[in-house]
Amino acid sequence: MSDAPNSEKAVAVVPTSLSVTDATQVLARLQARFPDAKISLVQNPGPAAEHSLLLDSTFAREIAFFLRDDPELQLDYCSNVSGVDWPDKEIVETKKISVPDPAGGPDKIVEEKTKRFEPGYLEAVYHLFSMAKKHGPVVIRLRTGNRSDQVTLPSLTPVWRSCDFQEREIFDLYGIKFEGHPDLRRLLMWPEFKDHPMRKDYVAPDDFEWEPTPHDQVLARAKARIAANDAASGANVQPEAKS
Amino acid sequence: MIGAGAPSSPFNPFGGPTVREVHDEFHGDLLEVSMGPQHPSTHGVFRMIATLDGEQIVKLKPVFGYLHRNHEKLAENTTYLATMPYTDRLDYLASLSTNWGYALAVEKLAGQPVPDRAQYLRIILAEMTRLVNHTCLVGFLFNDLGTSFTPLLYGFREREKFLDLFEALTGSRMMCNYQRFGGCRIDPTPEWLAAAEKLVSEFPRFLDEWEAMLTGNEIMIARTQGVGVLDPKLAINAGITGPCLRASGVNYDIRKVDGYGFYPRFDFRVPLGEKGDTYDRYMLRILEMRESVKILQQAFRDLPAGPIMDPKAKIRGFRPKAGEAYGRIESPKGELGFYLISDGSPNPYRYRVRPPSLINLTVLEEMCLGHTVADAVVILGSIDIVLGEVDR
Repeated sequence: MSDAPNSEKAVAVVPTSLSVTDATQVLARLQARFPDAKISLVQNPGPAAEHSLLLDSTFAREIAFFLRDDPELQLDYCSNVSGVDWPDKEIVETKKISVPDPAGGPDKIVEEKTKRFEPGYLEAVYHLFSMAKKHGPVVIRLRTGNRSDQVTLPSLTPVWRSCDFQEREIFDLYGIKFEGHPDLRRLLMWPEFKDHPMRKDYVAPDDFEWEPTPHDQVLARAKARIAANDAASGANVQPEAKS
Repeated sequence: MIGAGAPSSPFNPFGGPTVREVHDEFHGDLLEVSMGPQHPSTHGVFRMIATLDGEQIVKLKPVFGYLHRNHEKLAENTTYLATMPYTDRLDYLASLSTNWGYALAVEKLAGQPVPDRAQYLRIILAEMTRLVNHTCLVGFLFNDLGTSFTPLLYGFREREKFLDLFEALTGSRMMCNYQRFGGCRIDPTPEWLAAAEKLVSEFPRFLDEWEAMLTGNEIMIARTQGVGVLDPKLAINAGITGPCLRASGVNYDIRKVDGYGFYPRFDFRVPLGEKGDTYDRYMLRILEMRESVKILQQAFRDLPAGPIMDPKAKIRGFRPKAGEAYGRIESPKGELGFYLISDGSPNPYRYRVRPPSLINLTVLEEMCLGHTVADAVVILGSIDIVLGEVDR
């Protein structure tokens, strides 16, 4: 660290990843402790190079407790929880196949397109730091089965209280159900709201403000009563044409 | 009629003192008070539903979302740079810090270096913002204590001088929109720097004047000492950051831990509290302001000449490579983080703000339990929230 800041050219002072605990080291430690769990490394190709660990959701809470209490790691502080939506993808692959010409000429090269459907998922990403050892971040990810009916993940609020509001926010905006959360309600949208606005395929309604008001019901009842009265008195009945 | 030997009943005021049972079928038991969203003590549109047993709070649930505009979705539908002015609206009392947090995360995502002079300017403006934020906070805290506006207006007098400087530099008092990816937008003139240095050198005198009025004040001490104590273990587990955490005695300042920007070059200390009560949280802000003045004086002394933008930084057609990054700074309220995922397009695939104000409210209930409604107002004031950031 230089103490005389008089260099005039631009110096790269972008904070590099501070992980004393490298993701691969954490992975090895976890695999030794939890041999049955499926844990894999998700590479981050960007310059930040903060690689993350994809956890098996059945073991997630046990692993989280281990990460928090392990004397080497002591990741006692869960800073950030964010939801990410990865929609279903249709991938078109083109293959070039050479077809022999029945007439005996040279082989023809034909492009064959195959469509492959890749199911989407929702993801919860946790950034963990250690206040005791002052290292981090260790990034862990949990993924749901799909985006429609298998959207349950284990809540990590019992491990870190700081996940409380953030998991509620993800439940609200992404629709991930956190099992074991003490108070899973919508955080930002109102309770009657139906959809999950941070999903990529969310379409905003034309009229945000519309909601059924008591006024509408009163109007409907009034209309029905007027119609009934009219029918009883025969007031609004068209008089028959007299010849 | 009060006759001798009249049967003593709870409704007889002359039959001696009777303590009403809490779960009394006739009286009903607990009282639910909805404070806010339109209440001056909640610093915006924030609502708490407090359940009272007599005067004591036995349960308190915060309600959010009255200022929600889905800032994250807006950012995902526009370019990286176009989000910079939106970040001013997150913490509108400290827009220059918020700008820096976002710029830092994007620079980490794109691997973008920043020239020396810009790093110094960022520190100067962020620390000036910290002074502004803490003066506001202390002023509003005293407003919440019931001293109608006198300390607040002393603070606002000083704040206005800083805001004049921000306006002279960036064109706007509060919505500064100053940082860029790879530097800053405008280079300050020597006159501006001289004026800023003079203002900062006068600031300790104002602090002395203010402290003479506030710190030893008898009512202040009676109302804040031992009120809203936050246990350090709970604070760490609940992700409390910034002055609230340090008031509980946990030494965690991201300026020291991460050493982002040029903070490792500066000589400053991190004040820590002892008891973790409201008084400590107040006192910590005052001490932090004094440290900020020290940082600012060093920055004015060492500010190098040179460019304020990296010449290779891309303004138009800025597309970071696919990847993700989490950048965080020590904003005046705590850890302000930005989590970005890029898929190589001009828009961020995922943009997430880690708001310190929202997460610091996690322990509001624990801090208020057993206190009165009047204390809850003071405790909320000492946490320091801005609703633009809580609801996003």
